[in-house]
Amino acid sequence: MSQPRNRRSIWRSLAIFFAALVILVVYAYGLQVTKVDLEKPKEARRQAQLTNIIRGLARPRLFEYEEKRLEIDAPLMMPCNDQVVLPPVDTSGRYIELTPNCVALGGRVTVNGYNFEPGETVFLYFLPRAASIHEQVELRLADAPIEVNPQGQFTYVAEMRKDRPSDEPQAIRAVVKMRSGLPHPSDTLKDTWDKIVETVFLALIATTLGTALAIPISFLGARNLMSNVVSPFGSIMTGLLLAPVGGVVGFRLFSWLKGLGGGLGQRAWPGLGALMVSIAVVWALILLLSRQTRGRFAALRQGGLGLLAALLAVFALGLLATLGIRLGLGLQEVLGPFAFLGNLIFVIADLLAIILPLLGGLMGLFLFVSLGSSLSGRFLRSTRPTTAKAFTAIAATLAGAVLAALLLGGIAWLYEVENPVRFVAVPAAAVGAIMLVISLLVDVQRPVPTGMIVYNITRTILNALRSIEPLIMVVAFAVWVGIGPFAGVMALALHTIAGLGKLYSEQVENILEGPIEAVTATGANRLQTIVYAVIPQIVPPYIAFTIYRWDINVRMSTIIGFGGGGGIGFLVQQNLNLLKYRDASVQMIAIAIVVATLDYASAKVRERIV
Amino acid sequence: MLEVKNLTKIYDNKVLALDNVSFQVEDGQFMAVIGLSGSGKSTLLRCINRLVEPTRGQVIWDGVDITAAPQEDLRLIRRRIGMIFQQFNLVTRASVLTNVLSGRLGYTNPLWSLINYFPKEDVEKAMANLERVGIADKAHSRADELSGGQQQRVGIARALMQDPQILLADEPVASLDPVLAHSIMRILKKLNQEDGISVICSLHFLDLVQQYADRAIALNEGRPVFDGLPREIDDQRFKEIYGRDAERIG
Repeated sequence: MSQPRNRRSIWRSLAIFFAALVILVVYAYGLQVTKVDLEKPKEARRQAQLTNIIRGLARPRLFEYEEKRLEIDAPLMMPCNDQVVLPPVDTSGRYIELTPNCVALGGRVTVNGYNFEPGETVFLYFLPRAASIHEQVELRLADAPIEVNPQGQFTYVAEMRKDRPSDEPQAIRAVVKMRSGLPHPSDTLKDTWDKIVETVFLALIATTLGTALAIPISFLGARNLMSNVVSPFGSIMTGLLLAPVGGVVGFRLFSWLKGLGGGLGQRAWPGLGALMVSIAVVWALILLLSRQTRGRFAALRQGGLGLLAALLAVFALGLLATLGIRLGLGLQEVLGPFAFLGNLIFVIADLLAIILPLLGGLMGLFLFVSLGSSLSGRFLRSTRPTTAKAFTAIAATLAGAVLAALLLGGIAWLYEVENPVRFVAVPAAAVGAIMLVISLLVDVQRPVPTGMIVYNITRTILNALRSIEPLIMVVAFAVWVGIGPFAGVMALALHTIAGLGKLYSEQVENILEGPIEAVTATGANRLQTIVYAVIPQIVPPYIAFTIYRWDINVRMSTIIGFGGGGGIGFLVQQNLNLLKYRDASVQMIAIAIVVATLDYASAKVRERIV
Repeated sequence: MLEVKNLTKIYDNKVLALDNVSFQVEDGQFMAVIGLSGSGKSTLLRCINRLVEPTRGQVIWDGVDITAAPQEDLRLIRRRIGMIFQQFNLVTRASVLTNVLSGRLGYTNPLWSLINYFPKEDVEKAMANLERVGIADKAHSRADELSGGQQQRVGIARALMQDPQILLADEPVASLDPVLAHSIMRILKKLNQEDGISVICSLHFLDLVQQYADRAIALNEGRPVFDGLPREIDDQRFKEIYGRDAERIG
């Protein structure tokens, strides 16, 4: 009985021994790789530097005194000249005496100072003869400032220069710098204040932008919402084929409508009139749409009216954007100190003008996919199986070929492929052929888990984006939009989308299934289910996570400047590089105050809301 | 008439929840579904409005095959089938009125409903239905401020907004005490008798079945083991349904 037990314990001991050995090796190698060297910190030179830094950091340049400069001159002949009589020295206050008061070029002069304040520091200069007072220069005599002794005196033996001879009297000057008046905030403090404000708002804008985009994305990344989205193979192929078409059509259509509205918006009053009219018509159309209609062509009529309203709305938005840009620019000139309000209108209008075509592309894509797949779904169910099969085969072949071509086109552009047509065409044809074979093998009505495909793509992109720190992202953005807070906003916003997208979708996955079930059972569509059963459940956690993210973003924005992203990090980096530790210290204090304050505030707000 | 034919459900984890279940429900009938926990009662009810997709078999309602309906048609079918739940499944952070109005979502203009706007008639209808289940005064309370019995009344009012012809009730009283249970069952019976709504109701307690149902079917591990009048369930039948070791309590 004891034999196997014994053997096992030997193996165990051996295993533990080897594990310990492995761990030892790992740490030894780790020490080597990280270049841990305990001798370095002991070197006197390094310790002196460290002391410098710590002293600098311990004395933040928060306040400064106005400096008064006291100049005490004593005449000097160089070289000696008996014909010139030097004036006597005024001995009522601080004064200096030179012995001798004439000297050959490169000779030595002993400078004695009297009636100074004990402990004062004195700087000594030689004033060579100058043609006018404006050309007077001060040449440093002593390398270091001289300290006055407790009796209020100092002595310094100065070695004179070998150049600058003159027949006229020249002079030696003692300079005392004195603090005067009350301390006032230093320039560093003012700069720090400006930059810390920039930092906080950088975080605010980035969080807002990121949150706005993360919310819709989080629904695509929530397993429980996406897992039951399935579509039959045939209709999904049609939808895929129509996706790029819809994107292009939407983009073009919206650009055209925006241009149309923009043209009208160039003149203020006609533009405003057109805006009013189109808003009124859109409103009327919506009212018409909201009436319940029945009959054979009800759906067609509703769809047509809806489309008309949407197109008119885009036209109105294009008009609004142009008017907004003009209004914003105008206000910027008129408002003076409140010009930033004009800037706000300008930026929002400009943003609207930029995203309108993109929005069009997205909406066109969505509309074509959903309409294409639902119409083709109906068609495929009602038609004969052979027709359905043939239709699906064509759609799948084309969809495969077109999507592959688009993807490869992108790759060809990215890698500057030499012969793009052949690079794209051959594989695209191959993918088309593969899709043809698949479509012939697979049943037309076979469900495809489209929801899970979208879910997986969304999550993969979010994870990839999240793994890149904003400090790295900002370098790319700084190249694109220039160094400054805007690049920081974009980097932080992108990272916020990735981070919040994941956190949000996990919250969606945590909600109770019951209300969704109940609302679905009433015959609500998917969007209604989200609005009535999902959103009410996720509001508190979404708010909590947004505040948490805002917290992170403030922290990140304090260092995003290191990568060229504006904010206070830029100042810190500059001062550290210039060895201005006393100034860097001010900024570090500011960062600590802001982060701690927001930490506390966000904790309070979260407590209140959740 | 609702016809369930050879309904079978096998979940993704290979659990056989329903095994070849067939029955018919006449319009206006109050049918109870009984059986042990896990016998497939909830799955059966959810297969009727396809909250759960059946693996095989058909559910045919007035000649329309629900199981074959495409998504868009399914929505139109679902809005005539009300459903209430053991856990009430209210949106607890929303007001009672909003919860009740959400029963109308299948009928309203989707665009308006997204901004929580309902036509005046719908709001009046919601108040009338709340009146009917006896909690009109709670319309503007938050749903989680209500007691269990009141929450189930909100659930019933929500289902009534659908103008249902069938009401699926999944253990509607299992989370309630006996007094509240009877009051909820009385409401269901009233709707069944006054409005002619067919009720398919899964229940645990046999005395509730015998007091309120016109008919009962029983499931055991997904298989139908009884179909008949509630009073036909004697001790012998009871042991067939619930197993040899079961004791009647209530």
